[in-house]
Amino acid sequence: MLQQQLERSSNNSGGNKGGGAQSRPSFSLRGLGLRLLGLAVIDAVASLFVITLFGDGLPIVAVAIILITIVVNWVFLSEQLYALRWLTPGVLLLILMVVYPLIYTIYSSFTNYGDSHRLTKDQVIAQLKTQTYQGANGATYSWTAYRSPDNKFKIILQNPTTNKSFIGDESGLKPYDAPATLPATLDGGFQKLTPFAAASQEKQLAALNLKNDQVAIQLISSSQAQELLSKYSFDPATDKLTDLESKVVYTPVKGTFTSSDGREIQPGFTSLVGGENYGRIFSDSNITAPFFGVFVWTIVFAAMSVLLTFAFGLSMALVLNDPQLPLKPLFRSLIFIPYTIPSFISALVWAGLFSIIGPVGIFSKTIFGDAFSWQADPNWAKVMLLFINTWLGYPYMMLICLGALQSIPTDMFEAAILDGATAIQKFFSLTLPLLLVSVAPLLIASFAFNFNNFGLINLVTKGGPPDSATTTPAGKTDILISYTFNLAFASGKGSDLGLASTISFFIFLIVAGITIFNFRFTKRLEEVF
Amino acid sequence: MASVNPVQAKSTTAKKVREGTLSGAKRNNIIFKLIVAILASLFSLYPVGYILSASLNPVNTLTDIIPSQVSFDNYSKLINDPQYPIFLWLFNSIKVSTISTIIIVTLTALASYAFSRLRFKGRRTGLLAILLIQLFPNTLAIVALYLMLVQIGNIIPWLGLDSQGGLILIYAGGALGANTWLMKGFFDTIPRELDESAQMDGATPTQTFFQILLPLIRPILAVIAILVFIGTYADYLLAKVILTSKDNYTLAVGMNLLIDQQQSKYWGQFAAAAVIGAAPIVLVFLLLQKQLVGGLTTGSVKG
Repeated sequence: MLQQQLERSSNNSGGNKGGGAQSRPSFSLRGLGLRLLGLAVIDAVASLFVITLFGDGLPIVAVAIILITIVVNWVFLSEQLYALRWLTPGVLLLILMVVYPLIYTIYSSFTNYGDSHRLTKDQVIAQLKTQTYQGANGATYSWTAYRSPDNKFKIILQNPTTNKSFIGDESGLKPYDAPATLPATLDGGFQKLTPFAAASQEKQLAALNLKNDQVAIQLISSSQAQELLSKYSFDPATDKLTDLESKVVYTPVKGTFTSSDGREIQPGFTSLVGGENYGRIFSDSNITAPFFGVFVWTIVFAAMSVLLTFAFGLSMALVLNDPQLPLKPLFRSLIFIPYTIPSFISALVWAGLFSIIGPVGIFSKTIFGDAFSWQADPNWAKVMLLFINTWLGYPYMMLICLGALQSIPTDMFEAAILDGATAIQKFFSLTLPLLLVSVAPLLIASFAFNFNNFGLINLVTKGGPPDSATTTPAGKTDILISYTFNLAFASGKGSDLGLASTISFFIFLIVAGITIFNFRFTKRLEEVF
Repeated sequence: MASVNPVQAKSTTAKKVREGTLSGAKRNNIIFKLIVAILASLFSLYPVGYILSASLNPVNTLTDIIPSQVSFDNYSKLINDPQYPIFLWLFNSIKVSTISTIIIVTLTALASYAFSRLRFKGRRTGLLAILLIQLFPNTLAIVALYLMLVQIGNIIPWLGLDSQGGLILIYAGGALGANTWLMKGFFDTIPRELDESAQMDGATPTQTFFQILLPLIRPILAVIAILVFIGTYADYLLAKVILTSKDNYTLAVGMNLLIDQQQSKYWGQFAAAAVIGAAPIVLVFLLLQKQLVGGLTTGSVKG
C-alpha cells in the first residue's frame, strides 16, 4: 500500500517536472525518482517517530525531528542547495554525535548531576508527594479483614461519617459499595475474620497496600484505621515546598529543597550550580591535590611516551636505513609486529607478564626481593606503563622515521662530509632537524593520543595503586581521561557526573590547544583560506 | 605527507655498492647494526611468542615460555565456555566495525567530493567548521554520550545505552571530521579536467562521482576503510561505557572480563583468545604494509 503510493508519487512528480530537464544539462529523471523515493521513505519513518513521540509526551524531540525532516526535504528538493545534498547525512551525524555531546558536556559541567542529584525536579516532587503522615484531622475508618484459603487477605474499610467504603489488598485500594451488613465471604473464597483472628495476622495485614491516587489509609488499632495526609505540598507559583506536618517551608537551593534554618530534604534533583564544579577543582582540598597529581602525571606520561617511542624508533630507523644491512625487509616486518596487534590485546598480555605470577614479575622478584610488585608501587607502576607504551609505539615511530630519512636529500650529506663533519655532528645538525620538520605533526598527534590513552591505563593498572589519602576516585597512575571515567562510571566512592564533565571540558581545552598548535605544522588552515 | 622515495633510495644503494668492498670499520658497523636489529626483533616478538606458546600449553601457567606439551585444549575450551562467549564477542566486534566503516567511508566520500569539487556558499566555513570540530574528539565526551544514549534509549531502544546501534553511530560521527579532510586531500590530487570533460559530455555530478572519480580513489577508500576498521575494532573506552550486557560486548571489553578476576585460571583461554583476536589484524597489516603505511603517516594514530 505504502509502496504503491510512493511509486505513484514519484512517477507523478517525475512526469510533471520533466520539462525542467532542458534548463540543466545534468538533470536525470531516474535521479529525481530515486530522490523522491528516498525522501518519501524518510518522511514516512519520521512521521511514525513524531506520532509516537507526541504520544509519549516528548514534544520537544518531536519538533526537533520535524525540523530536521523539513531541512532534509528542502535540501533534496531545492536546486540551489544542490551541494548540500552531498553533505547533509554526514553533517547531521556530526552534529548529533560530536557537536551536541560537546555542548552537553559543557552544560553538564555546570550541573550537580550525580548519585545524590540524579532525578529531575518534577520527579523529586512527585516522589515527595507520595509521602504521608498520620495527622490529627485524618478521617477514621472501621475495618474488617478477610482471608482466602491460600492465605491472601482483603480488607474492607468503612467511613461511618461519610459512608464511603474501600476494599484493599496487596494490589491497592478500590472504592467499594458496602451493603448494610458485610458479607461473610467474598469472591475467591475469602472468609471474614473476627477482630480477634485478624489481630493475630497483624503483620500480613499491615503489609497490604492500602493506597490509591487519592487516599492512603493506615491501620491504627484492632478496629480502626485512619486516612493519612500528604506530607508535602508544592506550589509551582512560589517554587516553595511545604512540609504540612511540621509547617516548615523549603525552597530549592542548588538542587536540594532547603529550609531557612538549613535543613535539607533528600533526594536532591539535578540543577544548575554555576561554576561550583570548577571552583571545587581549585578550592576543595579533597579534589585539588589528586586532580593536580593526575594532571601532572598525564603530561609526564604523554611526553615521556612520545620521547621514548621516538628515540627508540628513530634509533631503529637509523639502523635499518643502512643500505648494506642484510635482511632489511624481514627485520622491518618483525619489529613492526607490535604495532599491528590491537592494543587492548597487547596491553592485557603485558599486564599478565608483569603481574606477580608472570615471568617479568617473577624475574623482578629475584632482583628486588619477594615483596616487589610492579602494580603495587606507584613509581614502578609508572615505569611499567611507560615501558609497555614504548613497546606499543616504537614501531610506528620507526616507520615514519624511515620514510622521513629516505626523503632527506643526500647531496646535503655529501656536502657535510666534504666539510669534514663527524657522524654525530651530521646527525644533530642535519638529520635530526630535517627529520623533525616532517615528523613534528605526527609527534604532536601522538602526544595528544597518549594524553587520552585510556585503554593502556585501564587495562594494565586500572589507575592503581589506589590513592588512599583521598575521597575522590583517583589512583596513582590515573590520567585525566581515566579519572573522568572513574568519577562518572566506575567508582565505589559515588558517581559525580557534573565533576566528570568539568574535567572532560578541561581535557577538551587542552587537546584543542595541542591541535591548534599542530596546525602550524600541518598547514591545514592554509588549505581553507 | 612524509613519503618514501624508492627511486632515490635505490640510487643511493647503487652508489654505495659501486664504491667497492667494505672496509673493516664499515664491516664492524654493519655487524653492530645487525645485532641491534636482531635484539629489537626479539624485543618486539617476546610477548607474541609468549602468548602463542601459552595458547598451545594445556597447563595454565604464566611462567613457561616453551610449553611442556602442545595441544589445542585452550582453543576448544573457548568454543565451549558459555560464561565467556569469545566468538560472540569477536562477531560483535566485526559487526560493529564493519557497519561503522561502511557508514564512515560512504559519508566521507560524499562530503569530501562536495568540498573538493562543488563550489557553493559556505564551503570554506564548512571546511573550517569541520576542522574546528576535529579539535574536540567525541571520545572525550563519554559522560555526555552516555547520558544522551540513556535518553535516546527511552525512545529508540536499539540506539540507546547498551546497544550496538548507538555505539556504531558514535564511532561513525567521531570519525567523520578527520576522514573528510583526509579524503578531500585525495580528491584534490585528481585533475579537475577529468570530471570537467565528463560534465561537458553531459554527465551529472552524480555520474561523475560514481563513474569517473570513485574508481580512481578506490585504493585510497580501501586504505581508509581498513584503518577505520582497525581503529573501531581496537576501541576500548566507548565500548566499555556504552555496552553494559555481556552478550553485547565487543572483544575489547570481553577479553578484559576474561582475565579480570582470575588471571591464572583463565590464562590459557585468554592466550588463545588473544591469538584469535589479533591474527586477522596482524595479517592484514603485514600483507598490506606498503599501502597502509601511506595512510598512517598522514597523521592518523591507531588506537
